[in-house]
Amino acid sequence: MTEPNGRFSQWLRGETDLFDEARSLILNQDGVPPADPPKKKPKRRKTGAMLHRRYTMFHILFVTSCILLLALLLSAVMDLPTFGDPYAPSSNEVSDRYVADGLEETGALNAVAGMILDYRAFDTFGESTVLFAAAISVLFLLQHRTDSHRHAFAPVTTNENDLILQTAVRISFPFILMFGSYVVLNGHLSPGGGFSGGAVLGAGLILYGAAFGREGLSEKLPPERTSRITVICLLIYAALKCFSFFTGANHMAIEIPKGIPGAILSSGFILPLNICVGIIVACTIFNFFLLITEGDD
Amino acid sequence: MILLQCLLLLGLIVCAASLPFIKRLLTTAIVFMAYSSIMAILWVMLESPDLAITEAAVGAGVTTVLFITTLSRIRELKGVDDDDRT
Amino acid sequence: MLEHIINMRFEIAAVFLFAIGFMTLLHPNLIKKIIGINIMDTSIFLFLAAAGYVDGRTAPIVTGLGADPSQYINPVPSGLVLTGIVVSVSTTAFFLALTIRLYRKYNSLNLDKILLLARKGKEKV
Repeated sequence: MTEPNGRFSQWLRGETDLFDEARSLILNQDGVPPADPPKKKPKRRKTGAMLHRRYTMFHILFVTSCILLLALLLSAVMDLPTFGDPYAPSSNEVSDRYVADGLEETGALNAVAGMILDYRAFDTFGESTVLFAAAISVLFLLQHRTDSHRHAFAPVTTNENDLILQTAVRISFPFILMFGSYVVLNGHLSPGGGFSGGAVLGAGLILYGAAFGREGLSEKLPPERTSRITVICLLIYAALKCFSFFTGANHMAIEIPKGIPGAILSSGFILPLNICVGIIVACTIFNFFLLITEGDD
Repeated sequence: MILLQCLLLLGLIVCAASLPFIKRLLTTAIVFMAYSSIMAILWVMLESPDLAITEAAVGAGVTTVLFITTLSRIRELKGVDDDDRT
Repeated sequence: MLEHIINMRFEIAAVFLFAIGFMTLLHPNLIKKIIGINIMDTSIFLFLAAAGYVDGRTAPIVTGLGADPSQYINPVPSGLVLTGIVVSVSTTAFFLALTIRLYRKYNSLNLDKILLLARKGKEKV
């Protein structure tokens, strides 16, 4: 029987070294590893004792105050009424009335939607105003200036070679819009409503804007138009709610038809208000995205 | 059910506690997105489906996208939180 | 004692998250500050929504006229949290815009460094 002549058998017999080739690639001629290139130490600028990593008085006080805050809050939480107690003071006759008479008085199957858009619609108006104020502040802070001419929305960067993203967006964008509209329109019948649907629509628009850039947007949805749409929808919301205040305060019993519970066109003003809020939230979120991405510094 | 809720709450606390110690800023945005998603599951367990949809769309969708867009805008996407970087 | 802690799991977790968010808020990096504020916001929402839950009852979507309130959870804290989530996203967008402006002027995301540079700028003038 001839002796096996593979490299492993040769190594077993002590004739060759298995790691010859690899070693010649790594080591020098002398057989020692090459010296490391000298590491450049970043120069520490002496800009003040605050920036050095030492445990100063600040760190000690910081940890102590956080632990104190934690202990205080925990001792307060232990004395709260038990979680899930049906006789807790937070569920009183107000919430019973909202659930029991909600369907008759507002016509909405979703008690939360009926509460925030009918019983407590003024709070929702305040919240839309907060969203609007944030949009205006971001607009002022991030205006794009070219020399002396100041305009709000600069060109968004385009990605010409992002074929995968563009194909995927072309397929999924209609479905995202459809789902967002479904959530907005069914706000009074099932979980959802203006805010959730508006956020889904806004996220879909951000996806479209990120994939197609300014050229894709300017034909379908010019960015200057979304600000106008936001303002118009906010005014429509205010007009609808002013109508309710006016007729209620003057005891004019102008009944808005409640419709059949369970139908889409029911519950008085809740459907138009949901649509307004959904459009406001979608356009505001899309505006935030457009303002933050600009073409060049 | 209670065990699942306790595990999810523990996951929330671990996600949040790791945030001050992460060096790269892109990683903090992604851990924040995970935190938002676990919070959305907890809303469903507390029988509030409105809040679950809103938190999933807003927290994990819009806020994280705004963070990443800001980081890419100021070109700090590979930024490292370093005290003595000049 | 352990029974009570397991019963109050949501409130205790909310308090822990609030403290963790507070500690993140005191970090010198601006992005970490914004994330810290967001964590504090969501911890308070968790606390509020846990205050509205009742054992054994279901989500407040009624099925017909004459609904029995003892079958549904309390819908009021849910409405408060919905408003809160939208306000939270508004303030986050505003903080991010401020961060972009600060970075454009001082070229750093570290608040200590920004304050030093600002003070140096003022002294020169």
